Amino acid sequence: MNSNILVFIEQREGKILPASFQLLALAGELAAKTGGQAEACLLGQNVSGLTPAVASYGAKKIYTVDNAELRYYRTQPYTTALAAVIGAADPRAVLIPTTALGRDLAGRLAARRQAALVIDCTELVVEGKDLVATTNVYAGKLGAKFKLSGDRLQVITIRSNAYSAAEPQAGASTPVQAVSVTLGPGDLRLKFKELLSTTSGIKDVTEADIIVAGGRALKSEANFKIIYELAGVLDGAVGASRAACDAGYQPHTRQVGLTGKTVTPRLYIACGIDGAIQHLAGMRGSKVIVAVNIKPDAPIFQVATYGCLCDLFTLVPLLTNEFMRMKG
Amino acid sequence: MGPAPGPAARGREPSYLGYVWFQLEEVGTLRILAIVKQVPDSNAAVKVTADGKGIDQTGLKLVVDPFDEFGIELAVQLKEKRKDVAEVVALTVGGDKAAEALRVALAMGADRGIHANDPAFETKDELFYAAVIAAAVKKESAPIDLIVTGKYNIDLDAGAVGAAVAEYVDWPHIAAVTGFELAADGKSFVARRRIEGAEEVVEGALPVVLTIEKGMVEPRYPSLPNLMKAKKKPVALLTSKDLAVDAGLAAGLQFLSLFPPPPRPACKMVPGEPDQMAKELVRLLREEAKVV
Repeated sequence: MNSNILVFIEQREGKILPASFQLLALAGELAAKTGGQAEACLLGQNVSGLTPAVASYGAKKIYTVDNAELRYYRTQPYTTALAAVIGAADPRAVLIPTTALGRDLAGRLAARRQAALVIDCTELVVEGKDLVATTNVYAGKLGAKFKLSGDRLQVITIRSNAYSAAEPQAGASTPVQAVSVTLGPGDLRLKFKELLSTTSGIKDVTEADIIVAGGRALKSEANFKIIYELAGVLDGAVGASRAACDAGYQPHTRQVGLTGKTVTPRLYIACGIDGAIQHLAGMRGSKVIVAVNIKPDAPIFQVATYGCLCDLFTLVPLLTNEFMRMKG
Repeated sequence: MGPAPGPAARGREPSYLGYVWFQLEEVGTLRILAIVKQVPDSNAAVKVTADGKGIDQTGLKLVVDPFDEFGIELAVQLKEKRKDVAEVVALTVGGDKAAEALRVALAMGADRGIHANDPAFETKDELFYAAVIAAAVKKESAPIDLIVTGKYNIDLDAGAVGAAVAEYVDWPHIAAVTGFELAADGKSFVARRRIEGAEEVVEGALPVVLTIEKGMVEPRYPSLPNLMKAKKKPVALLTSKDLAVDAGLAAGLQFLSLFPPPPRPACKMVPGEPDQMAKELVRLLREEAKVV
């Protein structure tokens, strides 16, 4: 085991998840303190075209596995491929973006490699020779610190937007090593049949950097139109509170909160959401939170960065116009 | 497909064969195991103890993890709908109080319980938790065919349990399942799972581990009579003497402390009439927060 830190680059159909670049910056910073370097792992089909982008964000070496079975994410083939790269690279730690894919892959990989595992880390630092990870527990009500030490591999998923990516540097000459992997019948026990789109082209909340969310105060599905318009001008996604989903105003796939999705966008605009503890659990990690609400005592104001004590039906269309003007 | 029948199963054979004879159509063979974790209620305020190592249990309301409830409900529904399900086993890893969570699962319709209760099993490491579960699954005298658990648990907020258990027992797993159809043969299945912005359809054959997404099933409330009846259902106790878990597994991850999250900076109220408020908010987001 060396002192390098390997970053799993999440890509889908040739598009790299930006959080992967945030992890490369973090890996570079941590590895510099322990005498190692940031390296990257790129899995998929025909991924060689992506290596310059990965190099430009700071990877000092890139391992690729190119295999038709890796075209779409499947837990077991990806686990086997990533384990093979780890075998070749022998890093002390693997960083994976916290996404549904990342949580799934990290759990299986860590179990296979007898590794130490921390999921959804918000802060990762070097203390002495060890990594110390901070994560959230009890639906974000508490933080927890763990020390990762010893001679075991360390698998850590990192929350989106917890760290910033470096400015890309073009023209870096970075070695690329292709790793060959044999996928056995055990890796291919599940057969992928088809992909059903549930959002008809609208961005999912877990993929968006900006989310505009509506609560029960919207009063109907039709009224969500103004939320969609604001999200549209910001190129963001639409989210909803549990109350709004239970009332049928939005599908549960858009629900943000404890029993919905956990999101950490750059900007979260909560419109007519009072902020039940379960909702806060799903969005309090957002970088900037805007609360639009007519109730001055709504709990959402306790986590908001900016508060607008105003009727959402008045303010939201004004905001849409204002952003439209700004974007020209 | 799982361990060979142990001594316990062999001991049952004579009487079992006696009625299999005329109940051939009725006796199922599938065994489903639901993982049941006891967690603080999502509405409860969770306070750190003075030593920073645990949470204050005083007056803390504990419940079955809401995602694990989806798994129990799915298991019970499969048993109700099909003749080939022999039993639903509820497994909990936890201290004495976790018996209450097991009782809820039994009242919802699980047939028997397994309570892995040992101070050595207490952990904030989902991998170790999964290793205890896998050890209990391997100890079962008759093989388990299907393991169900929540998409994640609301105490550790991690979501690695299903994947890790599956790896330890060397089965495939499917995460965030929104649909599951087991064919008449009791072996092949079609499952739907949620991924970012889409649903995926997956085919496979038992055994498999499923982690359940919200919305697939609506968990039933255990009625008072069923809660009373649940007291009579068998619960096996397992300790670290019964389960072989690699103690070295926990060595790589050392829990340091719990702490309340740093308070967010106070909310800045945007002044003015709606018109000015909108303009000022856009300016703040652009120039101060620099997020648009």
